[in-house]
Amino acid sequence: MNPQLLQLICFYLFGFIAVVAALAVITLKNTVHAVLSLVLTFFSAACLWMLADAEFLALALIVVYVGAVMVLFLFVVMMLDIDQEKMREGFVKFLPVGLIVAAAMLVEMLGLIGVKAMHAQVMGADPAVVAGVSNTAWLGQALYTKYLLPFEVAALILTVGVVAAVALTLRQRVDATRHESASEQVRVNPRDRVRIVKMDAVRPAQPTPVPPQEPSS
Amino acid sequence: MITLSHYIVLGAILFCIAVAGLFINRKNVIVLLMSIELMLLAVNTNFVAFSRFLGDVSGQVFVFFILTVAAAEAAIGLAILVLLFRNRSTINISDIDSMKG
Repeated sequence: MNPQLLQLICFYLFGFIAVVAALAVITLKNTVHAVLSLVLTFFSAACLWMLADAEFLALALIVVYVGAVMVLFLFVVMMLDIDQEKMREGFVKFLPVGLIVAAAMLVEMLGLIGVKAMHAQVMGADPAVVAGVSNTAWLGQALYTKYLLPFEVAALILTVGVVAAVALTLRQRVDATRHESASEQVRVNPRDRVRIVKMDAVRPAQPTPVPPQEPSS
Repeated sequence: MITLSHYIVLGAILFCIAVAGLFINRKNVIVLLMSIELMLLAVNTNFVAFSRFLGDVSGQVFVFFILTVAAAEAAIGLAILVLLFRNRSTINISDIDSMKG
């Protein structure tokens, strides 16, 4: 079979799965099922990115999103005791508004971006292959030279995110667990813990002579 | 043969589905957060497609940064959500009105 035709069939297949799963995300009643549908959407999108020769980002999407962020979502959804029925109030009321707004937005977008003009833009040779390197090396060369400062800032943002998430959810439970309070440890005064006693180095007044004992044989 | 318009149209469809999700799930904060993630995915798909078809690496670098920031955003958002549930025992948006906004 013609490889380009095969690519197009794969695109339609994964695109269809992504759209159906995205629709399931916003309509399913059970939040756990919605999260799992979102996982399917991300997976199909990763396949689509792979078709566009963005291998590193496709795998990063699976590792970071499906592996970390979605698991975090699942944790939170399963941890919270949510009243499913109450959450559905107003679903029918807002459904027509949402559909109308989304449809109008889609029509406007498709009109603005000029689908016909972009249809002429066919997929050329892979730019990474043209440069003679793999996709990861191609991305990394730009990331570590031209975008080094944003890369460092991204690392800083992740650190801030970790600290903020822990600081927000940390709960001080004095009765349940035995643990050291960090602020107490910082505030401690060394003088409260250790007392240094100065003594004169004097010989005791009258050392009692100890008679040498005979080693027992 | 895949053209640029295929990817752009798919990104637009995903984005509009996410917008509809914001409208019809007005109560559940978790679904709202998931809709935002879906929007970011649609935008990222556009970035990847333009990067591929224009042969410019900047698009993929931007997707990398968007992924980073979105991961941090999801972590902090869910932390706030847990805190909210612990204090108010609800995540219904219409119950969260103490600021009278």
